[in-house]
Amino acid sequence: MDLKDLYRDVILDHNRQPRNFGALEGANAHADGHNPLCGDRLTVWVRLQGERITEVRFEGKGCAISTASASLMTEAVKGKDTATVRRLFEQVHALLTHPNGTPDAALGKLAALGGVSEFPARVKCATLCWHTLNAALERSADAVTTEGG
Amino acid sequence: MSTAAAPFDVTRVRRDFPILAQHVNGHPLVYLDSAASGQRPNAVLRAVERYETHHHSNVHRGVHALSQAATEAFEGARERARRFLNARSRREIVFVRGTTEGINLVAQAFARPRFGPGDEILITGLEHHANIVPWQMVCEQTGCTLKVAPIDRRGELDLDRFLRQLTARTRLVAVAHVSNALGTVLPVERIVEAAHSCGALVLLDGAQAVPHTAIDVQALGCDFYAFSGHKLYGPTGIGVLFGREELLEEMPPWQGGGDMIRTVSFEKSTYNDLPWKFEAGTPNISGAVGLAAAMDYLEGLDIEAVAAHEQRLLALATAELSRIPGLEIIGTAAHKAAVLSFTLRGCHPHDLGTILDSEGVAIRTGHHCAMPVMTFFDIPATARASFGCYNTEADVDALVAALGKAREVFG
Repeated sequence: MDLKDLYRDVILDHNRQPRNFGALEGANAHADGHNPLCGDRLTVWVRLQGERITEVRFEGKGCAISTASASLMTEAVKGKDTATVRRLFEQVHALLTHPNGTPDAALGKLAALGGVSEFPARVKCATLCWHTLNAALERSADAVTTEGG
Repeated sequence: MSTAAAPFDVTRVRRDFPILAQHVNGHPLVYLDSAASGQRPNAVLRAVERYETHHHSNVHRGVHALSQAATEAFEGARERARRFLNARSRREIVFVRGTTEGINLVAQAFARPRFGPGDEILITGLEHHANIVPWQMVCEQTGCTLKVAPIDRRGELDLDRFLRQLTARTRLVAVAHVSNALGTVLPVERIVEAAHSCGALVLLDGAQAVPHTAIDVQALGCDFYAFSGHKLYGPTGIGVLFGREELLEEMPPWQGGGDMIRTVSFEKSTYNDLPWKFEAGTPNISGAVGLAAAMDYLEGLDIEAVAAHEQRLLALATAELSRIPGLEIIGTAAHKAAVLSFTLRGCHPHDLGTILDSEGVAIRTGHHCAMPVMTFFDIPATARASFGCYNTEADVDALVAALGKAREVFG
């Protein structure tokens, strides 16, 4: 296992200066994520127009992998529709759990997380933000359903 | 007679632990996680293997040779544990899965049937979850109240406030002998004395104390003492609950089944004598055998000599780590066991754990099953290096070097 492959410059940069960090005003939904194993906590806020994520921000305390993954995620999902975001999570998950796999071209900067696959104990750090985003999206869907009903 | 004058020969001790002679991620293993689980010496591995190879059968059951051999081995382990704790009687030694089960046994069989609204259980802010949650469950079940004596910034119990919280309403005081997250050694003699003068009973969570200090439950005067085998170089899944005989005698069984009964009919069953009343089902026989061997081993090394050796390493590591910029030691009590919890600015403990592992250095990172301690210090987690009888000054050097590597990566 190669430490440099895990802590690539992109990861260290996003850990030091996380993008889209802090609460989002006028969010349609948010969710809290918690990894009880290591104590990582984060909140993800989203603003949706129809099925499109127009704004997304996060805040939390976590390790470099969890912080950088959340930061990269916010950059990647902004402006995308929810179906594309769900597909993206699947591609990220495949990247994190398949060492020696070829990263999907759609991943863009998220491919920097590829080194995590060599460190199975850290996969959960990288996926926490995605699970939390999913929870926020489901909650907003519930809200829509409730109103529609 | 102990050979306290002889220097502690750590090189020889290390040869007793085959697991240590391996490489991890291309580096010699530096095992600094004994507070989570100690490694096992050959003496323990062989005792378990010998039992499994030659003597195994069920205990207290058959008249055949193997059943008798297994029973002798199991009950012999109980006598060994009695001597280890200097308990008065084997009837006071209940085999359990570990500290957690021991505490739950007291919570359910002692506290639950007799506590009610207005009664209080007093713990401290240092406790492991295993000495918090069982009491919260009893409070939910009975309406009694859980009180928590605070700690200070050094990670010491605020004894004045503890004594003020100790009142006629306090029925039970349940405290760690040694804190797992910070290493603080609690003033258990004072605590026992003060609790008893208030009419409260005392349970000590000895999980982190047993590998570092000789335990004499009669001298301590505690009413219950629980510990796990694997913290003192024995197997997992076995531990001991000591309880004063008159208390255990009055307590109802907490699990029903085989071995804990004398007679069973559909109208009424009668229960077995102590300690078997609390040991329903086939026990962890080989675990008990391994635990007894671990006690032989540790006493053979001389626990006081081991503790002195660990204290030298703790002092060295504390001095070395204090020199690292951005490193903060969490838990600076005057009296500590060989546990060093710390944070490094700009590097989350979880990242530290991965980087140290890549250098072959095994430490624990996280909340150490003591979330309230983390909350008190307003940190999500710490990195924790803990020392056992087999650790060396070279291990401390490797830890310091690996921390340098972490500072490079996160510089």
